Amino acid sequence: MIEVRGLTKRYGDRTAVDGLSFTAPPGQVTGFLGPNGAGKSTTMRMIVGLDTPTSGTALVNGKPYARHRAPLQELGVLLEARAVHPGRSALNHLMALAYTHGVPRRRVEEVIDLAGLHGVAHKRVGAFSLGMGQRLGIAAALLGDPAVVMLDEPVNGLDPEGVRWVRELLRGLAAEGRTVMLSSHLMSEMAQTADRLVVVGRGRLLAETTVDALVERSEDKGVRVATGEPARLRSLLAGPGVTVTSTGAERLVVSGLDTRRIGEVAAEHRVPLYELAAESVSLEEAFMQLTQDAVEYHSIDAGRAA
Amino acid sequence: MSASTVTTAAPRPAYRVTGRRVVRSEWSKFRSLRSSWITLGVAVLFLVVIGSVAAALYSPDGPLGGKDADSGAALTLALAGTNLAALAVGALGVLLSAGEYGTGMVRSTFAAVPGRLPVLWAKCAVYGPVAFVASTLGALLSFLFGSAALHGERIALSLGDAGVLRCLLGAGLYLGLVGVYGVTVGLLVRSTAGGIAILAGAVLVLPGLTGLLPSSLGDTVSRYLPSNAGQSVMTLHASGGSLVGPGAGMTALLVWAVLLLAGAACRLRRSDV
Repeated sequence: MIEVRGLTKRYGDRTAVDGLSFTAPPGQVTGFLGPNGAGKSTTMRMIVGLDTPTSGTALVNGKPYARHRAPLQELGVLLEARAVHPGRSALNHLMALAYTHGVPRRRVEEVIDLAGLHGVAHKRVGAFSLGMGQRLGIAAALLGDPAVVMLDEPVNGLDPEGVRWVRELLRGLAAEGRTVMLSSHLMSEMAQTADRLVVVGRGRLLAETTVDALVERSEDKGVRVATGEPARLRSLLAGPGVTVTSTGAERLVVSGLDTRRIGEVAAEHRVPLYELAAESVSLEEAFMQLTQDAVEYHSIDAGRAA
Repeated sequence: MSASTVTTAAPRPAYRVTGRRVVRSEWSKFRSLRSSWITLGVAVLFLVVIGSVAAALYSPDGPLGGKDADSGAALTLALAGTNLAALAVGALGVLLSAGEYGTGMVRSTFAAVPGRLPVLWAKCAVYGPVAFVASTLGALLSFLFGSAALHGERIALSLGDAGVLRCLLGAGLYLGLVGVYGVTVGLLVRSTAGGIAILAGAVLVLPGLTGLLPSSLGDTVSRYLPSNAGQSVMTLHASGGSLVGPGAGMTALLVWAVLLLAGAACRLRRSDV
């Protein structure tokens, strides 16, 4: 379980994380979603104590990460930037971490196999591809058999097979009752892996929700209608909160009414319909709507800085 | 696969971070990099080669010879490579600490040991003794080779002569502490190049700069700089006023170590990684 309360991080006059609060509960995959520069990595670094918050707290299984006697057993982390010496072999890298906790070599070999690295365990990490580096990072995160697994952009650089491996691994870990949190700026990836979503932009919480709820919540795009009598249907549907726009000779887009109601009205007045369909909002679009302001702010900001 | 079933079914293992384990981890990190052994080897090589060559090239008519030759001249020759060895040993210290910031390894290190300070102590506890042992060995070899070359000369000394072992051990201790200085400076500046530059400046350049101070003050400061304090622990008879006694020299070296350790500890506690 990760509990973040009022977490804030300022660098000079720039606020990277701004009063962020959310919870990642056990047994579920929590997606940490936001555009680049939204403060995801900074938040994760504060959770594991690498950065000190300006204010607020981040608790891992009820305590600050650094107060645990065996931190790697509480939370395993993969940070976005590489955190490995290129001159060391994968095995030696993991052993160096394992020694700090008294994790036996048997467990190190277990995570090497789990990550599919047994063939390259003795190779220098500097020779690894991006995908193999990610696998090593994930192996390191699992080393202490942690109750919480927190991964920053885990599928970065992985091939499709690797992406699927990560997805199944994380689903499996959550099914075992562990807390899983992963960040991404790709909504599509989240849709397939996460149960819950924590959406951030400009360091602020935009939504703490489920994948389904996010889609429902987002502005609906209206109902597409094709009819032989558009003018008549228009006047029949007119009412408070209903807008009807014409998109072609026989085509209308109706918002404020659902497909069922439009169908009923049309049937009642014997208006023939050729097409009646709700325009669904994709998860990607829902995410874009939610983070639009945050993204715009950042591009203006970058322009000013340049 | 029965093993893994047992692991998951059994109660969770009681892992725990302890000081000793962090030392074990730092030792494994040191050991598993080729650059550690290469740089350490270079330091020993500097000591042995420069010292032996200096002794081999010795002539009674040279600057160290003559009737009033210093009785410790044989040691001065044997330890002629100390400054260069100090650079190598110090640079390796910087690599071991600042290098982690360069590669990003430091994030893994401090995620595993979020208390951070145990990592500082462990790095010094591993590398200080390693640098001490290697340097002492290098100094000893250099002296033995030099003794062979100086055989029959008036300034020749043997291991059994008073103070010789103290000087050789002193050289080892000095270089071991320079290793610790390197580790702490690396943690303070977090940049390999910057750390090595600072260390080289402190060892090679700083003693010359004290000449810019008013002479009485300059002399005092100069005596307690790490390089001169180091000289005093490995010199048989401090002649003139340029060096303090070996005890005071050792104390000065330790005080420097404590100051640097305290500085590095503060920086580690306060700064984000």
